[in-house]
Amino acid sequence: MPEELRIRVNGRELAVAAGTSVAAALLNAGIRGMRRSRTGEPRGPVCGMGACMECRITVDGRAQLRACQLRCREGMEIEC
Amino acid sequence: MARAAITVIGAGPAGLAAAVCAAECGRRVVLVDENPLPGGQIWRAKKNLPAIETEPWRRRAQAAGVEWRTGCQAAQATPERLWLESAGEAETLAWEQLILATGARELLLPFPGWTLPNCCGAGGLQALVKAGLAIAGQRVVVAGSGPLTLAVAAYLQQQGARVLLVAEQAAPMQAAAAALLLFSSPARVRQAWRMRDALRGVEIQAGCWVEAAEGAERLQRVRLRRGRRRWSLECDYLACGFGLRPNSELGQLLGCALNAEAGLQVDRWQQTSVARIWCAGDASGVAGVEAALLAGQIAGYAAAGRQDLAAAFIARRDRQQRASRRLLRRLALRQELRRLAADDTWFCRCEDVPIGEAQAYASWREAKLQTRCGMGACQGRICGAAGRFLWGWEAAGVRPPIVPVRVGTLALTETGEAQ
Ligand SMILES: Cc1cc2nc3c(=O)[nH]c(=O)nc-3n(C[C@H](O)[C@H](O)[C@H](O)COP(=O)(O)OP(=O)(O)OC[C@H]3O[C@@H](n4cnc5c(N)ncnc54)[C@H](O)[C@@H]3O)c2cc1C
Ligand code: FES
Repeated sequence: MPEELRIRVNGRELAVAAGTSVAAALLNAGIRGMRRSRTGEPRGPVCGMGACMECRITVDGRAQLRACQLRCREGMEIEC
Repeated sequence: MARAAITVIGAGPAGLAAAVCAAECGRRVVLVDENPLPGGQIWRAKKNLPAIETEPWRRRAQAAGVEWRTGCQAAQATPERLWLESAGEAETLAWEQLILATGARELLLPFPGWTLPNCCGAGGLQALVKAGLAIAGQRVVVAGSGPLTLAVAAYLQQQGARVLLVAEQAAPMQAAAAALLLFSSPARVRQAWRMRDALRGVEIQAGCWVEAAEGAERLQRVRLRRGRRRWSLECDYLACGFGLRPNSELGQLLGCALNAEAGLQVDRWQQTSVARIWCAGDASGVAGVEAALLAGQIAGYAAAGRQDLAAAFIARRDRQQRASRRLLRRLALRQELRRLAADDTWFCRCEDVPIGEAQAYASWREAKLQTRCGMGACQGRICGAAGRFLWGWEAAGVRPPIVPVRVGTLALTETGEAQ
């Protein structure tokens, strides 16, 4: 059985399987737009490998982190 | 004189092989990769589970005493030092000899709607699924070009996705010729055969491409074109990539010359144009996993001063590279792809610069100055490669750091050049 852990996304608690990236966890929770572009459009992950920077979110108060390159950790607070 | 330590950037097939060979020659080796687990792209770990192919290399690396620095991205480099970043923490690492095995990224081309959420790269969607994205039951259109799209479609199908269509832009004859070349080595035959099994029942169309993605706030359908036929397909994800392009930024920062493919130029020992710096794998020109492993071994031995051991791999490396090039030539990108975008389609996704504005400039440098395209967070990684294909723009010089870095890292930089 995959071990489960809990994260909070915009104040809402989510259970995710250990090893899941933040980008995958957000998509699984139906959050597809992870940032707003300069003109206000929703943008989500594209390259999945850290190159495109479309998946930037705020984690534990640190802004501009790439959701695709971060693993979920117990108690992580995510804003997007 | 003490023998220099060797720092390897990238723990894909090329970097793993290089690190192992150098360490087995008795060198102190540090292996840096931004992913939490080694494997690179093709051997990407599935959540916490490393790909089985990495195991023999991991064991050899461990036995030879390779030091792992995973979850660390090399953001900046000078002739003496590297700046490493991991989830907001920064540090510097002195290097003496460097092997760059930074791999490749997908070429993404603009078309109307390409910025909608759920429009991903082909390898991009695969990477997200390996990182835990639940794809079972989701309707996916796979499009673009190259052997990667087929591999991705097969993988997604195995994970329970409903792959509605694989659209290969190359004409049917070209695609068929490329398919034959896939059978040019026993390893390739095995891979192609597994793919064929997984793709049973999946529609594959050659000479077919995505003209637009549509939807409100997220992808809902794609518009497809094949010859004169045009139609729409409702789907949840688009996985669209037009082949791979070398990650050459670190080498460029250090002054390494580029080759015609915009990869790092190397000699027969995988040495770049700069002393003490080697490069192996896709970063020196996209040629697939077998070539990456062979080139990695050559770079590792050569950097350790053991050309005698490296020499045994040269003929096989050259053969693999030739085979890959033959295949990729067949899949040359068609002219129509240069005209997909409308004037108001975003060209630079970071700064929201439309195609209509960017294309007015003769060079990337000029467009950057006038429109800020390529000046955003991805530092031109996406639009730079697109501009090269669309308008023949030269790869503009790289400015340090190659990725936006945190204040902590910047405090460590001495050049003062980074904003
Ligand atoms: C998204 C993608 C998916 C692919 N999927 C397949 C597939 O399914 N089947 C197939 O046959 N081929 C696939 N390929 C092609 C295949 O990966 C390559 O041909 C081959 O594996 C190249 O190996 P490599 O060691 O040169 O580079 P890679 O395997 O790309 O490894 C490069 C490594 O370097 C790391 N890196 C890069 N820059 C930095 C930096 N600045 N700091 C720290 N680390 C860094 C990366 O994180 C990566 O782990 C894929 C390629 C891509 C880009
Ligand atoms: S999806 Fe491209 S950087 Fe995260």
